[in-house]
Amino acid sequence: MIYAYIAVMALVTYLIRMLPLTLFQKKIRNVYIRSFLYYVPYACLAAMTFPAILSATSSPISAAVGLLVAVALALWEKGLLTVAVGACAAVFLTEQVLTLFLHQPLFG
Amino acid sequence: MIVRCGRNRSGTRADIRAGPTVLPSLLILIWRVFMENRYMLGFRHGIPIALGYFSVSMAFGILAVADGLSPWQAVLISLTNLTSAGQFAGLSVITAGGSLAEMAFTQLIVNLRYALMSLSLSQKLHSSVGTLKRCVIAFGNTDEIFAVASSQRQSLGFFYMLGLISSPILGWSAGTLTGAVASTILPIFIRSALGVALYGMFVAIVVPPMKRRHSIRVVVAISLLLSTALTYLPYLSSFLSSGTLIILCTLAAAGLGAALFPLKEEDMEDPAEASPEAASEEAQAAASQKTEKEVTP
Repeated sequence: MIYAYIAVMALVTYLIRMLPLTLFQKKIRNVYIRSFLYYVPYACLAAMTFPAILSATSSPISAAVGLLVAVALALWEKGLLTVAVGACAAVFLTEQVLTLFLHQPLFG
Repeated sequence: MIVRCGRNRSGTRADIRAGPTVLPSLLILIWRVFMENRYMLGFRHGIPIALGYFSVSMAFGILAVADGLSPWQAVLISLTNLTSAGQFAGLSVITAGGSLAEMAFTQLIVNLRYALMSLSLSQKLHSSVGTLKRCVIAFGNTDEIFAVASSQRQSLGFFYMLGLISSPILGWSAGTLTGAVASTILPIFIRSALGVALYGMFVAIVVPPMKRRHSIRVVVAISLLLSTALTYLPYLSSFLSSGTLIILCTLAAAGLGAALFPLKEEDMEDPAEASPEAASEEAQAAASQKTEKEVTP
């Protein structure tokens, strides 16, 4: 079953990339469709990031700090790698501080 | 027996024809293809992307193994999909035990943006790039590869694109494997920290355009409000899978965005549509470009 999932994922993703590149020589002129496609990545990535990020780490507090650091670095126009690593570092440091502060391991 | 080492192309041909020097000449030809030429230039341009992908796909590998997939299956997904957001959403469909139709629809919605990028990239490719070569290039049209490709001034050739795709594929697959294999070895606080890497990348893609466009700020705000509401509202969250949630938020926010802020002509990144004069200029430029060479070092 898992390979059926993977096959469907790969096929759909490939067709989305391949069909416009080969079939559509003319550009879409419908303003609404073009605008919709233009906004899709932002709407989609925003919905995927929040609130899912809050359950991505051991504690919602460290995840929230990671998110804030990521947003700050992105506002500062840093690259993908810097933002991703910065968020990871923020989560790591926050969890170390939380562990110290609580005088017990965060990870029971 | 003289083997020429210059860059003269006709010289290379002469070397190949000469009987005793066929093998060394062939080796030099291959070396040129990979070291001097467009493939290698593309490969080098892809290395920063590959490094970024490595860390992010490590997070994917870790997540996939935590969700019960084998390292091999995680790498297979990365090799065949090459899309962070899509794989991430696909993983949630797999763990939720969704149907194949839900998987197909989730991938369609999450990766729909690639259709727009492929449309844009199709205008950027050199006229020598035929349908079959476009089918190969299409596989590697990710957000970051598309960004680097569009930032090039020249029209893009097949080998340059092949190189630009190769290094990120390597980084993406190797990172997935490392994450998947190392996840059981890595201490939990490292795994926890890497859990936000993917989200960090999403933030890095979404936030900078928000600074510049009011419309994108509104779209993101609508999407965030909806996703938060659908996650925490008591009745809705019980029958909505995370894949469906992403689809609903995307359709609603992007749809509202398109209705409230339809793109103006100058936003469309297509000078040919701006005015009839510009269109004819574009056609002339395209015609003259046919004689030019594709991107070279």
